[in-house]
Amino acid sequence: MKIRSHPVVCREAIELMSDYLDGSLSRRDTRRLEEHLAICPPCRTYLAQMRLVISVSGSVSPDDLSPEALDDLVEVFRRYRDEPESS
Amino acid sequence: MNDLELVDRLLEGDERAFTDLVTRYHGTLVRVARYYVRTPASAEDVAQETWLAVLRSLSSFEQRSSFKTWLLRILVNRARSSGTREFRTVPVDPTSGSAVAASRFDEGGFWCEPPVPFTDSVDDRLVNEPLVHLVREAIAQLPEPQQAVITLRDVEGLSTSEVADLLELSDANVRVILHRARSRVRADVEARREGRSV
Ligand SMILES: [Zn+2]
Repeated sequence: MKIRSHPVVCREAIELMSDYLDGSLSRRDTRRLEEHLAICPPCRTYLAQMRLVISVSGSVSPDDLSPEALDDLVEVFRRYRDEPESS
Repeated sequence: MNDLELVDRLLEGDERAFTDLVTRYHGTLVRVARYYVRTPASAEDVAQETWLAVLRSLSSFEQRSSFKTWLLRILVNRARSSGTREFRTVPVDPTSGSAVAASRFDEGGFWCEPPVPFTDSVDDRLVNEPLVHLVREAIAQLPEPQQAVITLRDVEGLSTSEVADLLELSDANVRVILHRARSRVRADVEARREGRSV
């Protein structure tokens, strides 16, 4: 039995947006969401925010490497470089 | 310089190439390691061991996968075997974390306190410096599974199925965690922009 799809309200729409932006939402939910977006400016704003957050995440570098951590790693590198070849 | 160029130089023993790769990826390694081990210090250890393993096996790196994926695979294997916490099933708690506070919707489920655009016209992430900081801070506040997933997917740009593979989760599980993570980051950025606490 096929469940008749009911219209989306805002509270539900925002739960679908992450999958929607990744193209992993079902066809049916995509249609329901797009029908809602067509009539709901606040949800379009929300979607734009999500899109922006995702795109900005792509230019975030996770953490600044502390000088100490970098020193430790350079130490690892030098020890390795000076290891005998056979190891 | 891209990863493969750096790898080539590293194979010739170039220390600078090593520090460039470390600067590029160490933070991500630590963050993903945190998904498996209990403390920041052991995550740091696992990441450090990973770099040594990379140096030792770099000559066998065949470039069938990207360097990034290869590196992360080494990290995950080490983290998993040294994990003080045995490999955990990711808690997907259906009750936790709706994307937005319920109070912002009316009884019918429509916005009564709608979102305000983050930017008026500026949609360029290069111009949007402050937003980068807000997003970075917001990611750092997430619970570890969410941090690991959003870091791999949105920060490092792996596909959902690559993330699922690496962390041994189902695609569906990755999508749920990702949804939570992105929603929280959005909410956090919104709150900070408005000077509210989350
Ligand atoms: Zn709406």
